[in-house]
Amino acid sequence: MTTPRIGVVTFPGSLDDRDAQRAIRIAGAEAVELWHGDHDLRGVDAIVLPGGFSYGDYLRAGAIAARAPIMSEIIDAAGKGMPVLGICNGFQMLTEAHLLPGGLIRNERGNFIRRDQKLSVETTDTAWTNAFSAGQEIIIPLKNGEGGFIASDEELDRLEGEGRVVFRYLETNPNGSMRDIAGIVNAAGNVVGLMPHPEHAVEPGFGPDTAGAMRSGTDGLGFFDSAIAALLAV
Amino acid sequence: MPTIIVEVMPKAELLDPQGKAVAGALSRLGHGAITDVRIGKRFELTVEGEVTEQVLADVATLADEIFSNQVIEDVTSISVEEATV
Repeated sequence: MTTPRIGVVTFPGSLDDRDAQRAIRIAGAEAVELWHGDHDLRGVDAIVLPGGFSYGDYLRAGAIAARAPIMSEIIDAAGKGMPVLGICNGFQMLTEAHLLPGGLIRNERGNFIRRDQKLSVETTDTAWTNAFSAGQEIIIPLKNGEGGFIASDEELDRLEGEGRVVFRYLETNPNGSMRDIAGIVNAAGNVVGLMPHPEHAVEPGFGPDTAGAMRSGTDGLGFFDSAIAALLAV
Repeated sequence: MPTIIVEVMPKAELLDPQGKAVAGALSRLGHGAITDVRIGKRFELTVEGEVTEQVLADVATLADEIFSNQVIEDVTSISVEEATV
């Protein structure tokens, strides 16, 4: 494979689609714009479902987007092993589309939260986290109103038992997510969803603060580096 | 034309932040007799023609698969209201 092509789907109400495209380009892949109303993946090698408020988040966050025309192609491609990353609203879509288990409910204290969030990388055995080291602590922005991850006790035990909790909140649990879960992966390891936003931490000057300098954090790059490495290894 | 009413509630064991906020406000306003509030959704579906078993079965499927997310919500009732003339 030459330069991997990573598609970003724009839904009505997407906010972070352009940021995701930018992150993909900074990491060294080609960003491909995809449209929710099409039945065409334009030959991409991987897909990002971006953050925002698709279809106004009416009904439930991500519920209508999960039934958009392009999702039938994405569900099919995900089943065949294509790397798919759902960020925030994209994570909500993945649970509503049943590509990932569980669901996201309104934050515990009912308010919208924006903060630079510390996470632990719990598993590096996914298409989107292989560039990290196990147990690595990263900081990327979080901004959501409905980020509380829930699932049945049996489902939570299965996720933990199979090593499918990918990210856990460190220091504070901002939204009441069960077992501090910030992100999970499907059984095959190619579909990852998380609430915090890696695409907003890819370029010095525009990311979270670090001990070294203001807004210098670029921990989000690891996600896109991972996908590129996974695609080039095939 | 008949209307089919579908009611969806957050699962009983889950936190309902919206209901909790309203319950807190009522308490502050002095309505101490009300100890809990839970807020759900009501869907009103207008149907052309008769509500057959087939239509009701279709709505029951929609209620489970689209109107509610079974991970976080329960469909608590599906009923039919005939239009009053």
